Amino acid sequence: MDKREIRKSPYDIKQGKILDVKQMTEFEKSFKIALHGGDLLDHDPGQFVMVSIPGIGDAPISISSSPTQRGYFELVVRNVGKLTGALHKMEAGDTVGIRGPLGNGFPIRLLEGNDLMFVAGGLGIVPLRSLINYVNDNRRNFGKVSILLGCKSPTEMLFHEELSHWEERLDVNFSVTVDSAAPDWRGNVGMITSLIPGVTLDSKRTFAIVVGPPVMYKFVINELLAKNIPESQIYMSLERHMKCGVGVCGHCQIGDSYCCKDGPVFCYTKVKNNIEAL
Amino acid sequence: MENLVILKKEDLNDFVMQIARTKKVVAPVRKGVKSFAFEEVTSGARIDLDYTSTILPPKKYFLPQKETIIEYDKRKKEWTPTLYSEEIVLFGVHTCDLFGIQCLDIIFSENPKDFNYILRKNRILIIGLECSNYCDENASCALMDNQNPNGGYDLFFTEIDDRFIIHVNTYHGEKLINKTGLCTKADKRDVSELRLLKERKRNVFKNEVDIPYAELKPLFVNAMKSKVWDEIGEKCVSCGNCTNVCPTCYCFDIIDDINLDLNTGTRTRVWDSCQNGSFAEVAGGENFREDRGERQRHRLNRKFNYPVSKFRRYFCTGCGRCTRACVAGIDLKETINALIEEKKGNENG
Repeated sequence: MDKREIRKSPYDIKQGKILDVKQMTEFEKSFKIALHGGDLLDHDPGQFVMVSIPGIGDAPISISSSPTQRGYFELVVRNVGKLTGALHKMEAGDTVGIRGPLGNGFPIRLLEGNDLMFVAGGLGIVPLRSLINYVNDNRRNFGKVSILLGCKSPTEMLFHEELSHWEERLDVNFSVTVDSAAPDWRGNVGMITSLIPGVTLDSKRTFAIVVGPPVMYKFVINELLAKNIPESQIYMSLERHMKCGVGVCGHCQIGDSYCCKDGPVFCYTKVKNNIEAL
Repeated sequence: MENLVILKKEDLNDFVMQIARTKKVVAPVRKGVKSFAFEEVTSGARIDLDYTSTILPPKKYFLPQKETIIEYDKRKKEWTPTLYSEEIVLFGVHTCDLFGIQCLDIIFSENPKDFNYILRKNRILIIGLECSNYCDENASCALMDNQNPNGGYDLFFTEIDDRFIIHVNTYHGEKLINKTGLCTKADKRDVSELRLLKERKRNVFKNEVDIPYAELKPLFVNAMKSKVWDEIGEKCVSCGNCTNVCPTCYCFDIIDDINLDLNTGTRTRVWDSCQNGSFAEVAGGENFREDRGERQRHRLNRKFNYPVSKFRRYFCTGCGRCTRACVAGIDLKETINALIEEKKGNENG
């Protein structure tokens, strides 16, 4: 056997230095990461990276910061698996491997000039935040913006400071609901679907962007269709098991589509007849 | 006719020995009463020209069961994409398996190109071997139109009486032939005998299932909710044999190993199977293909449906290995027939 180095491999990994780690809730931490040598990640909102820790492996993690935030990017990670468990033990100054950005991201050019309705359930706010912040940083390029957020309980809520900022901004309509809460919670209690009927919108020029747990999509999409939002204006980001991140290994396949390469962002028209999608 | 040459069968041993002096030669050898495998040979003596089908297809040389893709060093915080490969002459590949290799070539040549695959493949010279008869009743090569070669080889051997008529398809193949100095030019008689054999084959190989080639994809497209998947799901034990032996199954897992120094290690790519229960399970426990029937439906849609939209070809070679290897007796031709029957039933009632 001869051995050689491969110059251009889809599995090539860049060094990412952890600048800062913040505990967000009991299970989620936020990591600020900068690429080695000042390289920019240059991602689109909605894309993801594969994070590597040598000896442990790698895992797909969605990028939570907007590309308008330059110099570093943010990953918000729930401690649920082997890689994320090891990542949670790392500190500022440590190095991880970064592969990407991967996937297609949200269709920003298509969204420009239109009204946007963001629907985030649970951890869905993590990838959606990259787009929300992008829109807020380029606010005049977009029409009306509403953000609907659903969580299990107030203690699981992420990005508290930003949420209050969105609540205060006049150019954003923000509402939040929780499945259940302690008596001191003053907000809405109920499923995320309960927030949709109350939104006033111009269905012809509204794009809905939905990210949440798999079980959420059917119910949310039904509410959106009831609001007369056209199917072609509903976008979602789907989660699947991923290994290669470049559309080969097969793990993330949804019918004939690869979530990692053709997605993770899909238009409802593309997946509504795909038996494996929703 | 200039690209046809003749090798006497008695010279095959010398032919192989000459090549084996400088290159690794792999060829079909007998492993049991009815089982064969591609293995390294140093002479023609061990090669079984009448082999039916090997247990594993030659994909194991193109996409090894386990291969290093990265070597890392924790201290230097460096990951180095790495390839281990060798020059191989792959002898005796049946036409179904030639097609299987062509399918893999397509997949790994798509952008972003997989250079572990491409650079390894470029060092393998392929010598095909004509089938004049079926391996066994499990094959469906005529259904998939793979009983005759559609390219994909450097040299192609057809065994007729005491000689091989060799089609020289590439410059690499030509160089190999010239190097051995054992072949002579084919004459008119060789050409007409070759034509006769091809004609005879037309009567031997006939579509094994009652459905035309072009109708296969619509059959699967319209069977997403078929009961046949539930029935197969009941039988399937999720062992993954069918995907391991499939010449066009290429799903893989990526695994990190660490050396005993606890600093250096490798990231390896290993065969995986969409039939494994946890194949589509994400961290946190959600499983997107929990049901065995769904997994079998997925496997066959990856042969008869999805690749047709993308690459205008089926990814089934008709080799019959999935049927041979199934411990639960799931039979590809029976499955297709069951789908046809169900379709007829739906149309009539």
